Parts: sequence; structure tokens; C-alpha cells
Amino acid sequence: MSAAYDEKPLMNLTEEKVEISFKKESQVKEVWRRLKKDKLAMFGLTVIALMVVIALCAPLICPYDDAIKMNMRLKLALPSAKHWFGCDGYGRDLFARCLYGSRVSLTIGFATSFATLVIGSLLGAFVGYTGGKIDDLIMRSLDIFSAIPSTLFAMAVVAALGSGIVNICIAISLTRIPSFVRIVRSAVLGIADQEYIEAARAGGSSTMHILLRHVLPNAIGPLIVQTTANVSMMILSAATLSFLGLGINPPQPEWGALVSEAQEFLRRRPHLLIFPGSLICIASFSMSVLGDGLRDALDPRLRT
Amino acid sequence: MSEKFLQVRDLSVQYRTDLETVYAVNHINFELEKGQTIGLVGETGAGKTTTALTLMRLLPEKTGRVTSGTVTFEGQNIYDLPDETMHTIRGHHIAMIFQDPMTSLNPVMTVGEQIAEALELHNTDGKTREQIEARVDEVLRMVGIPPERKTNFPHQFSGGMKQRVVIAMALVCEPDLLIADEPTTALDVTIQAQVINMIRELRDRLGTAMIMITHDLGIVAQTCDNVAVMYAGRIIEAGTAFDIFKGEIRHPYTVGLFSSIPNLREKTARLTPIPGLMPDPTQLPAGCSFAPRCPHATERCRTEPPSVWRSGTHVIECHLLEGRGGWTKEGRE
Repeated sequence: MSAAYDEKPLMNLTEEKVEISFKKESQVKEVWRRLKKDKLAMFGLTVIALMVVIALCAPLICPYDDAIKMNMRLKLALPSAKHWFGCDGYGRDLFARCLYGSRVSLTIGFATSFATLVIGSLLGAFVGYTGGKIDDLIMRSLDIFSAIPSTLFAMAVVAALGSGIVNICIAISLTRIPSFVRIVRSAVLGIADQEYIEAARAGGSSTMHILLRHVLPNAIGPLIVQTTANVSMMILSAATLSFLGLGINPPQPEWGALVSEAQEFLRRRPHLLIFPGSLICIASFSMSVLGDGLRDALDPRLRT
Repeated sequence: MSEKFLQVRDLSVQYRTDLETVYAVNHINFELEKGQTIGLVGETGAGKTTTALTLMRLLPEKTGRVTSGTVTFEGQNIYDLPDETMHTIRGHHIAMIFQDPMTSLNPVMTVGEQIAEALELHNTDGKTREQIEARVDEVLRMVGIPPERKTNFPHQFSGGMKQRVVIAMALVCEPDLLIADEPTTALDVTIQAQVINMIRELRDRLGTAMIMITHDLGIVAQTCDNVAVMYAGRIIEAGTAFDIFKGEIRHPYTVGLFSSIPNLREKTARLTPIPGLMPDPTQLPAGCSFAPRCPHATERCRTEPPSVWRSGTHVIECHLLEGRGGWTKEGRE
């Protein structure tokens, strides 16, 4: 490496052709390279990717009919070569139900977390950065939302809008947004005082530009951790609603609904609970470790 | 009145909180011609940085208030301009170098992106992506950083290199006025000299006017045409660099500042610092604000604010000049 940096930088640098080969990787590649080093995060990513692929390919594996067709002769059948996860109280194949349930659960988990991420971070960054009366107004309004128990609130929203996947997504996103806004706001409050934000203002950046280019990228750590934690929490919230009869309409399978159906046979057939329950656990765990890995990979200060 | 490039008239700034009011800047006046450099000198807390932020209209919105005066930049009072115009002035016409390069760079953006940002924001003549990149390379080369390093992040640079990046950011749009707020305070001495030399050379090459804020009189001597000495939010002495460094008569505070720095030619066992501290800016004294620390203070100094006295380019605010030949009263503004 030649010494391009010397005592009289102004004099000769323009003539001297400096030849230094720095790796010009794009940022996405850089993040990917770092993520690959993290074994646990790669495990999480693989599991999640596998689940998504299997959910997408569900019709190729077994027909939807298997998941909803009742067969009383197979009621509470134990796992076998034909029915891998056994059969539920109505003789429906549990494997097929878990398979088709993953489509609903994963969709709800990802869609609501994404919606919460976008709305929550914009709102949180805005109120945290501008402060003053707007901050007070929005944060106090959100406090009102938080004062209502989240399940009750989600129930009220579903009752008002009617059931169905979209309405459930809206209901459970709304319950998570206040806490997300609070997390983003507190992260932003710390960042807004930094000198580089003032420097950006001195460079003529508008408020919106500063929020999107300078403030939010610096808050990416808590955002990602919270979002990945949200995915599993959203799946559970959807399950709660299904359990209460306000979620997915009955014959349609969904992980949470499968868990609540299984409690009836908990003593005799614990596997009915164990299979969907494990799926929820595995999905949650994978999302969490992936989130942790992503946070580390996205932080340029940790890059080598 | 002839149109000046930058004219600050009777400017006062206060910071108001529920508990107290801080009189940070009190009725200051100065002006700057195109291509000239003025040094703002003074102890910490004298109001230098507040003055700089006021010129950029970047005072903290909740507490900072301009209570009197005007800042006229190229014929317009910047406090009359709408916010949108201000966005185009900042960075494009007036740029600022911040004190601490460690914290004034965004840790999650590459330095190239940060330098390019100002160009993208003020892209009035429709530069293409390639032209912007080329300009970034050019300005990096100008401050002595190999352009290949633009894909690096701030933490991969040393302090001196970061300050070079900060300077590159400020200069990339070729501003008409550069405000350097203690650009070398956070750097070690060897790097200080390099950075000051670089700022000076770039200023001369680009013809940029500059406000150099510092408490280092050596830097002032090296870079400034004019000097304003600030104390407790007032400019207590102003003039050309020659007036301040070699003038026969100087403000007692300026004299104190000079005797606080070591001199190679004189043999002294001890330096003579100015006794005491700057007055509490929430409760400024009724008379001259330097009176409590001034060796020549009289009863009058403690009760009556001094007038401004002028001799040619040299201006001093002090009672002691009363009746001196060659000095005329300008009245306290």
C-alpha cells in the first residue's frame, strides 16, 4: 500500500496516481458476508426460508382437502407413516393442517410486523425528532391505546371490522404500534442530539431527509430486534384471537387455532399440542436469532 | 450604507428555559468582506459557537431566541427568509466545520455518501451520478485523502482524517462563507498544524470568506485578517489582526489573554493567567462584564457599561480609553 497521505497533501496528490485496491463491495454484499459468518443467524435464516418455501409449495405436498376433510374413523389417530403428525379430534390429518396453517400464520406474522415497522418507525422518528406539542399529543394518544388490554382492543377491532385475515392483521398491528413507537422514539431522542445531525442540518438537509437518511439508519438495531420479536408475538396474538373464536374461521387451519383445539385432548393426545406448538416455537426462535444476527451485520462499526 | 457580504448588527441571543435566561450573545456587531477571514476569539462560554449557530439559523428551537439585531448575508436578513430558502443557503452558500470530527460524521454512512449528500441536496445544475462521484473524488483528493477510501465508514479513519472529511463535506459545494467552529480543538498538535494549513490554502484557492472561531491566538495570527475578541457575549475588542496583536492600546482582557500564553523569547517562571472566571451568563454584571476580573477596574466600571471607542480600524469597549488622544466615542450600541 503506498503512502497517499503525507505531510503536504495539497501539493502532489493531483499528479500522483494513487494505486490502492480497496474492496468495493456493495453494502448489501457486505452485510451478507458478515451475516454468513454468524452460524446461529444462518440457522435461523435457513429455517425461516425452509418454512416459507414449504408453505408456498403446500399444494404440491398434499391437497387442501386433507386439512379440512373430517374422517371420524381416524379420530385422534396416533402419528403413523400415513399421518405423520397423527389426526385431530375430527379425524383431520394434523400434518396437512399444520402445513396449511403455516401459510396463514406466517402471512399474519410477516405482514403485521412489516406494517408495524413502517408505521411505528416513521411515527416514532417523527415525534422523537420534532418533539414539543406534537410529541406530547401523539404520545398521550398512544398511551390511551396502551391503557386498553391488547387482546380486548384487538377483539373490539375485529368485532367492528368483521373477521378475515386482513382485519385480523389490522387489529393486531394496531395493538403493537404504540410500544413500537415508544421504542423508536427513545432511540431517536438519543440520536437527535448527536453532532452529526446538527452537521446534516448545517448542510441544508430538510427534516424528512434527516429522518430517513440519518436518524432511522442509526436506530436500525432496536428496530430489527423489535420487528423480529414482533413476528412471533403477532403469530401468538393471531392464535389468541382464533382461540377466542374471533380469528380465522374454524375449518381453516392456523397454528394458534390448532394449539387451542388441542387443549381439549391434552391428557390423551399431547402430540396434538406438541406439533403446532413446536412449530410456533421454532419459527419464533429462528426469527429472533436471525434478528440478532442482522442487527450485528448491519452495524458498520462492527465491520472489519 | 454600502452593501457588505456579511453584516451582523446589534445581534443578541438568549437561551430561555423555565428556570433562567442565559444572555449568550449581547448586541454584537461585525462585518465581513468577500474572501476575508475574521477570527472570533474568546474563552469557552463567551458566545462564539452561539454566534456561529445564529448565522446558520440553527439555534435550538425550544430555547434559543434572537432577541435583537439582524444578520445580513448578501443583502438579505437571513431571519426574514422562509425555511425553504434557508435549506438552500445552508451547505450551499454558508457551510460549517464542526468542532469535533469524532461525532460530526454519521457512523452508518460511508464518507463518500456523506460528502455526496450536500451535492445531491443542492444539485441545482443537474449533475449526473458520475459527475457527483467525480466531484467527491476531487474534493477528497483536495483534502489529502485517497478517493478510494470513500467507501469506508467514519470509524475506519483517524481523528485527523475525519476532520479532513468534515472539511471536504463543508467545501464540496464551494460555499461563499465557511464557518469553522474550533476546527482543531479535538486534534493533537501535529495534526492541528496540518489542518490549519490546509484550511488556509483551500480558502485562498477557492476565495471563500471565513469565520474562524477559536481560543487559540496562534491560529488567529496565522489565518485571520480581522479579529473580534468576545467576552461574556460581547465583542469587547475588534480590529485587524495587526491592531490586536501589535496595537499600542488593547483591552485589558486581550492583554490578559496574551499574557496567558507562553512566549518563547521571554524568560518567565510563571504564566499570568486572568484571575477568576467569566461572569454567570444568567446574571451579567451591571457595568463592564470584565470589571470583576480587571486589574484596572474602577468603581465606574462596575456600575456603568463602557462605551465603544474607535481609532481607525481598531475598536475597544472600555472606560479606560476615555480622554485618550486618537480615540473617538462611538456610543454603546
